[in-house]
Amino acid sequence: MNLVAALGRFVMTIMAVIGSIAIYAVQTISHFARPPFYPREFVMQLGLIGYLSLPVVGLTALFTGGALALQIYAGGARFNAETVVPSIVAIGIVRELGPVLGGLMVAGRVAASIAAEIGTMKVTEQIDALTTLSTHPMKYLTVPRVLAATLTLPVLVAIGDVIGIMGGFLVGVTRLDFNAAAYMTNTINFLEASDVISGLVKASVFGFIVATMGCYHGMNSGRGARGVGQATTSAVVSSSILILASNYLLTEVFFSA
Amino acid sequence: MIEMRDVHKSFGSKDVLRGIDLKVETGESMVIIGGSGTGKSVTLKCILGLVHPDRGEILLDGQDVDEAQDRDAFLAKFGMLFQGGALFDSLSVWQNVAFRLLRGSLKKPKDEARAIAIEKLRRVGLTADVADQYPAELSGGMQKRVSLARAIAADPEVIFFDEPTTGLDPIMSGVINDLIREIVVEMGATAMTITHDMTSVRAIADKVAMLHAGKIRWTGPIDDMDGCSDPYVDQFIHGKAEGPIAAVR
Repeated sequence: MNLVAALGRFVMTIMAVIGSIAIYAVQTISHFARPPFYPREFVMQLGLIGYLSLPVVGLTALFTGGALALQIYAGGARFNAETVVPSIVAIGIVRELGPVLGGLMVAGRVAASIAAEIGTMKVTEQIDALTTLSTHPMKYLTVPRVLAATLTLPVLVAIGDVIGIMGGFLVGVTRLDFNAAAYMTNTINFLEASDVISGLVKASVFGFIVATMGCYHGMNSGRGARGVGQATTSAVVSSSILILASNYLLTEVFFSA
Repeated sequence: MIEMRDVHKSFGSKDVLRGIDLKVETGESMVIIGGSGTGKSVTLKCILGLVHPDRGEILLDGQDVDEAQDRDAFLAKFGMLFQGGALFDSLSVWQNVAFRLLRGSLKKPKDEARAIAIEKLRRVGLTADVADQYPAELSGGMQKRVSLARAIAADPEVIFFDEPTTGLDPIMSGVINDLIREIVVEMGATAMTITHDMTSVRAIADKVAMLHAGKIRWTGPIDDMDGCSDPYVDQFIHGKAEGPIAAVR
């Protein structure tokens, strides 16, 4: 009986958290179009979230593209299909690995930093101070971060896509004896606009998830260093899981037969 | 005038406020004393709407604070000095002080806001050269002064001080107490301070209210405090280990 009760409590807790995150996300969206706006905060977050994540996303894409080329070459060699390397690298990076790995890397960097920053602000009463200074914490802290992440992640992923394809290209040309011009032509001819667009839409959704989770867990941080630490961990774990789950759902929506 | 009538607040199974009745006249300096965990901070937060009471009424100049139509205008009447300062670490000192003047309904041109911030910093004993520093670069006493400057930046009608001297050395505590007293008198503001520092109480208060177990145990003018026969007040103000207030809370 105790086991059933414990299971029930667990399910109830999970449901309550999901409900509270959903309400938080809807409230955030509802503030997108309602003044006051804080453009300076927004621009600052564009730099912090977008620009500063560029090295992480770029390096991830570069090495992934290179590894992918080696794997596909080795796999393709089993049935004499080595020539598919450029097209599979391109489609793999643009549709899946670019947005998902980019999203996960940004989750590690950005969700953690947002949760730690807002969690510390909560613990040191800075959130209460904002309210007493007639400033809505959701408008001032959450909206600029969520908007910036939603808009910059597609740009980051687009750059990551190019770098990832370049990674595959470099490995293909230097290690696998592909002709450089043929590799590029193959890549460009094979890719369709829908491949790129679907990846960028995914990136935008992942950006929204990362910033929303960071803000939500920061705002609901417990007391003290341990509370902020837990908020940071929860932000990274929950945004990573949500990225992977929503990636599957979006792939179903875009590409299911 | 601030009036609290039968205000209750619980967090889960913990009853923090169990029927607070308190009246603070305009221009008066009320100090609420009481041990840790007796609900002092929650009382202030209820008035500001940071915490919503479960029951009871809170009136500001006769109007229910819950029914304030324009929340911005309502909050603009208040200034608050938080216990830890609560300065925004991503903003410079002057931007912290002028926070309310740089955005919202009280927005002023940047130069004017900066000039006001520097004037307020001077009022709390800081020179203009700290204006461009960041809070993390300042000592605890200086952070408290900056926070005080921020609380008075928009000339509020009501100022709340949450444990203004906690964490400061006795000399700095004295300086902050004197500043608070001077500023409150000079601005003619209504002040509510919560503290358990008896030196602060004597320096700041016109009236004192003792909060114990979620209720106002005693209230009266500061001059009557020492002669008060209430055993709870007597134990608290003289810091006695023995008495009706349990030492382990």
